[in-house]
Amino acid sequence: MKIRIKFSKSAAMIFVGHLDMVRYFQKAMRRANVDIAYSGGFNPHQVMSFAAPLGVGIYSNGEYLDIEANSVTTASDMVNALQQQMVEGVSIVSVKMLPEGTTNAMASVAAAGYTVRFRAGAEPDFDYQNAILSFYQKESINVIKKTKKSEKELDLKPFIFELKPVEDGIYMLVDASSSGNIKPNLIMQAFFKENGKELGEFDTIITREDTYTNVGTEEEPLFQPLDSMGNDF
Amino acid sequence: MRKLALSDEILLKIDKPARYIGGEFNSVTKKKEEIDLRFAMCFPDVYEIGMSHLGIQIIYDMLNSFEDVWCERVYSPWMDLDPIMRKEEIPLFALESQDPIKEFDFLGITIQYEMCYTNILQILDLSNIALLAKDRVDDDPIVIGGGPCTYNPEPIADFFDLFYIGEGETVYRELLDVYKQNKKDGGTRIDFLKKAATIQGIYCPQFYQPTYQEDGTIASFEPMVEGIPSKILKQIEMNVSDTFYPMKPVVPFIKVTQDRVVLEIQRGCIRGCRFCQAGQIYRPVRERNVDVLKEYATKMLENTGHEEISLSSLSSSDYRKLPELIDFLIDECTEKKINISLPSLRIDAFSLDVMTKVQDVRKSSLTFAPEAGTQRLRDVINKGLTEEVILSGARMAFEGGWNRVKLYFMLGLPTETEEDMKGIAELSNKIAREYYETVPKEQRNGKVQIVTSTSFFIPKPFTPFQWAVMDTKEDFIEKSHIVKRAVMEQLNQKSIKYNWHEADLSVLEGVFARGDRKLSAVILKAYEKGCIYDSWSEYFKNDIWISVFEELGVSIDFYTTRVRELNEIFPWDFIDCGVTKEFLQREWKNAIAEKVTPNCNMQCSACGANQFGGGVCYEN
Repeated sequence: MKIRIKFSKSAAMIFVGHLDMVRYFQKAMRRANVDIAYSGGFNPHQVMSFAAPLGVGIYSNGEYLDIEANSVTTASDMVNALQQQMVEGVSIVSVKMLPEGTTNAMASVAAAGYTVRFRAGAEPDFDYQNAILSFYQKESINVIKKTKKSEKELDLKPFIFELKPVEDGIYMLVDASSSGNIKPNLIMQAFFKENGKELGEFDTIITREDTYTNVGTEEEPLFQPLDSMGNDF
Repeated sequence: MRKLALSDEILLKIDKPARYIGGEFNSVTKKKEEIDLRFAMCFPDVYEIGMSHLGIQIIYDMLNSFEDVWCERVYSPWMDLDPIMRKEEIPLFALESQDPIKEFDFLGITIQYEMCYTNILQILDLSNIALLAKDRVDDDPIVIGGGPCTYNPEPIADFFDLFYIGEGETVYRELLDVYKQNKKDGGTRIDFLKKAATIQGIYCPQFYQPTYQEDGTIASFEPMVEGIPSKILKQIEMNVSDTFYPMKPVVPFIKVTQDRVVLEIQRGCIRGCRFCQAGQIYRPVRERNVDVLKEYATKMLENTGHEEISLSSLSSSDYRKLPELIDFLIDECTEKKINISLPSLRIDAFSLDVMTKVQDVRKSSLTFAPEAGTQRLRDVINKGLTEEVILSGARMAFEGGWNRVKLYFMLGLPTETEEDMKGIAELSNKIAREYYETVPKEQRNGKVQIVTSTSFFIPKPFTPFQWAVMDTKEDFIEKSHIVKRAVMEQLNQKSIKYNWHEADLSVLEGVFARGDRKLSAVILKAYEKGCIYDSWSEYFKNDIWISVFEELGVSIDFYTTRVRELNEIFPWDFIDCGVTKEFLQREWKNAIAEKVTPNCNMQCSACGANQFGGGVCYEN
């Protein structure tokens, strides 16, 4: 049976990278005595897949991983057992059982919501709360996207599903699928540039609020958190 | 929530920030107001190396088991963080509390290899602790060293307040109690050091004074303070089955070198190879009870979630309950999908059977350490392994499907001749031939792959070879060329890959291994000129080292290539490691006479280690 685990990441744990989080959870599964399934072969490994790798330095309230379990008791048992094995900065939010045939976490990711706040001393000196709304009204938002090999122009607009001011920052819902994963700072840099400013590399504090799947169509997407398709047990 | 010592901006700028955040699973946090004593335990190398060291985990566990003590960890900041800390004046901090090291009562530094000496100075420097012990004031932490290199602590004597000679399990409690009492009594730093120096196994270098002969060798070495011993007795835990052992080792976030449960099955070694320091200083052999080990293995796996377990000891094949332990682990681990990482075992029917069970034969390789190329030289070094044993082991393994072999040798051993060097290539060739003769063409899985490696022999204190002359860099390079050419001449040369070590580092290691106090100035100057992380080839700056020796008028040859008389007083002679100098002299003569000495299980050779009243000395 497939289990989807939702967790949050904060404090010092934001400095632990994705691959190390995978190892961290592999060890936590063993300590918590989760009856997880293993692959065959000489070096069997746990059947586990993460939804969307989180960059180092980013907080999150909505990270997901799927595991294949041989047996389970109840969801609350599993939450408790895992929570006991967590360190400060990682909390188990929920555990859900996925219906047969659900696509795995990584393949089902369509979007991610982020709150972008500003580090003390790095708050913008312009009215960003209003400016962000007019910025989102633009027909297109062209940026230069640098990869290791090349630079290419890219219109960010189709990848942004929501962009609005919130109390102490900016909220954005952006494409996080494997084909169009957008980093929040790419949008923020374009936004600052539009306003004649430059965004420093360490000026923002970013929190991924949740990770979403698309239950609508490509033309009319309907985004729901990844744990919405699971059931309690 | 813990506040981190480094800002987010710094942590995001540097490589692997998780090296510096602490908070790992099983790391210990205590309330500062509920403890009396803060201990910072340091491995002076990068986190991934330091976290892989069992000794620190044992001491960390032991000290934290004391209610009044909080022991934390500290490692060397990597080369990307070091300049940032200096520029922004960020003091070095402990991982758990993230508090500056300078606020601690003790800074304990484990010294595992000579080439970390400049890193010790980096630790002190970044902590804002005076580099020289004599310049420290009452508020500074007590800097105490331990580990194998403290069996000759003299080259780094000026940097340490104390050394703990021997195994950490025995007198730490006593030392800490003396410290607490002295603090309570309003005593000074010197008051404490004087009391500490009377504890068995504790050496306070500033209270001892060497005098020198005209030729630079030691004339005398005497205590300058009343009531402290003239000989320091090595500390040893005789009851290894009932002592401190970490049931909950810290589980690092990032992948470290030893990312697994480590089970120490025994201490010491019965073999007595004459080049090997560990084989002498950890005498006598003490085996851990196999039932205790089974319990440890189960608990440690449960408490860490590690997916691998390895056994640790010298010459693990000599552990008498090894088959029982391995059978248990195979049962236990197969079910839980845990890998067993085997130590290098003597190749025989038993070990091959075990290897087949726990490894993928196609991917694993066999390891032999003949150390010398001919039987004559193997007799000189007292390495029992014979050519016949190697070839029959290899044959068995080839029949079992293996086709990769690693061979380890040393160049520069005492009495070595060109024949011995060529013997390395010839033995490699014979093993290759064994493969082609054993495995029929149609069953071969490609060529046999033999990797032959040579390191350079470095004479170490407390070994029969402590009197030996070490080769020069030029000798080493020439010798490796002789081996290289000999490999090329072999019939199966295409199956043999030959690697050799870098020579510069070996020479320096040789200087420090048998060095004296005059070297403290050299190490200090080299550090000031930018030497650090010397054991990392990308940072090792040999020309700076050489220029510092020249500038200070200290001769490298004095320490390496000089002929030492049998009665010379060595800088480390004030340490009683159990094994007597008379025994070592006897063994040195046996070596020259190419005479083999039986191992401790076969016959007692009266080395002196029976003074500890236990272990193998009383079992046969």
